[in-house]
Amino acid sequence: MLRKSKVRIAAMRMNRRKFLGRLAATGGAALLGRASQAIAIDNFPGYRDRYGVLVDTTLCIGCRRCEWACNEWNKLPNKPIKSFEDKTVFDTVRRTHAGTFTVVNRHIDSNDSKPVYVKKQCMHCEEPACVSACFVKAFRKTPEGAVVYDASVCVGCRYCMIVCPFDIPAFEYDEPLTPLVTKCTFCFDRISKEGGVPACVNICPVESLRFGRRADLIKLAHERIRNNPGKYINHVYGEHEVGGTSWLYLSAIPFDKIGLRTDLGRTIIPKLGKTFLTAVSVVLVSWPVLFTGLYVFSRMSSKSSRENMPSTKMKAGKDG
Amino acid sequence: MDRSPESLSWVQEKIFLGKTFREYLKSNLTLSNSIAALILIVAIPTMAYRFVRGLGPSTNLSDINPWGIWIGIDMLCGVAFAAGGFVMGTAFYILGLKEYRIFVRPAILTGFLGYLFAVVGLIFDLGRYYRLPYPMFVSFGVTSIMFLIAWHVALYLACQFVEWCPAIFEWLNMRKARQWFYRLAVGATIFGILLSTLHQSALGAIFLLAPGKLHPLWYSELIPLFFFVSAVTAGMSMVIVESSLSHRVFRNQVAHIDHGHFDRLTISLGKAASAVLLTYFALKIIGVAHSNSWNLLFTHYGYWFMFEILGFILLPAFLFAYGVRWKNVRVVRFTALLTVLGIILNRVNVCIIAFNWNAAVRYYPSWMEVVITLGIITLEILAFRWIVNRMPILYDHPKFESSH
Ligand code: SF4
Ligand code: SF4
Ligand code: SF4
Repeated sequence: MLRKSKVRIAAMRMNRRKFLGRLAATGGAALLGRASQAIAIDNFPGYRDRYGVLVDTTLCIGCRRCEWACNEWNKLPNKPIKSFEDKTVFDTVRRTHAGTFTVVNRHIDSNDSKPVYVKKQCMHCEEPACVSACFVKAFRKTPEGAVVYDASVCVGCRYCMIVCPFDIPAFEYDEPLTPLVTKCTFCFDRISKEGGVPACVNICPVESLRFGRRADLIKLAHERIRNNPGKYINHVYGEHEVGGTSWLYLSAIPFDKIGLRTDLGRTIIPKLGKTFLTAVSVVLVSWPVLFTGLYVFSRMSSKSSRENMPSTKMKAGKDG
Repeated sequence: MDRSPESLSWVQEKIFLGKTFREYLKSNLTLSNSIAALILIVAIPTMAYRFVRGLGPSTNLSDINPWGIWIGIDMLCGVAFAAGGFVMGTAFYILGLKEYRIFVRPAILTGFLGYLFAVVGLIFDLGRYYRLPYPMFVSFGVTSIMFLIAWHVALYLACQFVEWCPAIFEWLNMRKARQWFYRLAVGATIFGILLSTLHQSALGAIFLLAPGKLHPLWYSELIPLFFFVSAVTAGMSMVIVESSLSHRVFRNQVAHIDHGHFDRLTISLGKAASAVLLTYFALKIIGVAHSNSWNLLFTHYGYWFMFEILGFILLPAFLFAYGVRWKNVRVVRFTALLTVLGIILNRVNVCIIAFNWNAAVRYYPSWMEVVITLGIITLEILAFRWIVNRMPILYDHPKFESSH
């Protein structure tokens, strides 16, 4: 009996110590900010074999089957595939929402006023802003290239939505108790298996979407540009944008005409916070020294003037 | 009241301010209380509605505009105004400016309540508010600036609570505990100042990660510095505004304070605020130069930007200087109010007006968001008053030694 309880106590102590240790470690990290970790992100070349999708917008026919397939696979609210042929949805430019991981929008080519259809979903950034912004690590970049979300820790602060340069994550605002952040998963549950292909890619009838190793897709994209002179804008969108994305786009007209921001540049968003986090550690080390100095100094100089201090004594207040 | 303290029950003495329950109720039938009651009668059911139905039906938040006034005002402004705690703490404990003593306790209380109610506002805003402690205990997103803020705010709340404890125990007449916390308080203050510097700026650093969304006139690599320096001006101005209000509302608690002395202190605070505002203005200009957005000054957003920095940074800097030069305490008080408004304008600009400036759908708060914010502010003021009426905040408790 006694021994058992002793063992239990020892175990408890152990746990407690572990817990406190962990707490101290994170506390330290919290105070210091993980500048070093942020630096590691920058220099990390990425997993070599990670996947990507090449979206050739010149091929897309706007059938929106990818939307249907995505809903189907991810068990999102869905409608019969026939109803996706309805062209009136193109009258407004849509974005991703809770229950909609991907949308196809129509843009008009001003040269020949022909429609250009552009599929939109999470870009699965190489240096994802959402991953670096989440304060409970709900997002993670997998070796396969997918940026995936863990609902079991998300607090619902929506900072990920603030920082995403492509305005992708959406929030279940109508869910009072357990709202989730929702976004395209890159069909991680398919592509992490041998031979798996995203549901949207799988259904695309015209091979506007092509799944493969990102490095191969970049080569392929440049090949297409080279082999079809005059057809494409000479740029693979996503090769370098915000440090690179897993999803890549080809277009015949400037990208800002088809709803893809061209003002983002190569800026790696997580890097923007890095300088600050580094400064935090500097402040943390230098402030106490400065303060102690000032404190000692002020003590020395105030000793003499102590007596002149005005007194502020009186009785307690009486009304409420 | 000539009842001797012995004949009063503890509750009567401590809670009802030495009155019977009935007397106490009667004394609370005032105009200001009726206004507060009116606000709360609307706000409390609205708060309940937010929790029962969720953010969608109660707010105008959307996928494009995920943050509204609960972050822009309750959180960002609340924390900036609470900076009085660390500004006065620095002046008194670190720089040894002992004459600011009368400001220290009220500023610390305001600071504590400011943070506490900022967190209350956050609870309304978070989708899963019940997971608030997750960044501390469950999952650690150490690369996030928000993670830094979560920890700092939690630790800072603890610090300020410790700083406030001596007053609580003086009120409860618990000598031992009071002595104990009295000694702890100095340490807590110094640690708190350190934390403050970091997370005031971290609140600005949040927006570093949104370069494509915040208007270039407000977006700057210097934004953490802007937030920090403006928080210092906010803290100083808040101390001026709040102390002059307190001296009116709690007149009989400060009867011992020499008005001339109090005015002189107010003016010297104004002097410091003027210098900090000028620095802040210079930094803002450096920010524009740094990102080379001069050409944007003559757009609609540019005018709005100039309205902010000329009307609420440069103008108060000069007005403070004017008030100091002519020893005009009323000008100083007015300017403090102007500065406070300027901080609200700045935080709302960064978080709401200049944020998503190029988005198709703009955000404005729903009436429920406004009512809940008003409710939170009302509760904060009531809490402040409740405490000041009971604890030795504005004066020294006669039974306890006063020197720090
Ligand atoms: S597109 Fe947005 S949500 Fe997707 S990985 Fe990039 S930052 Fe994250
Ligand atoms: S909403 Fe959830 S996933 Fe997004 S940053 Fe906040 S905690 Fe992380
Ligand atoms: S990859 Fe999967 S989750 Fe993403 S859009 Fe395609 S089907 Fe939907």
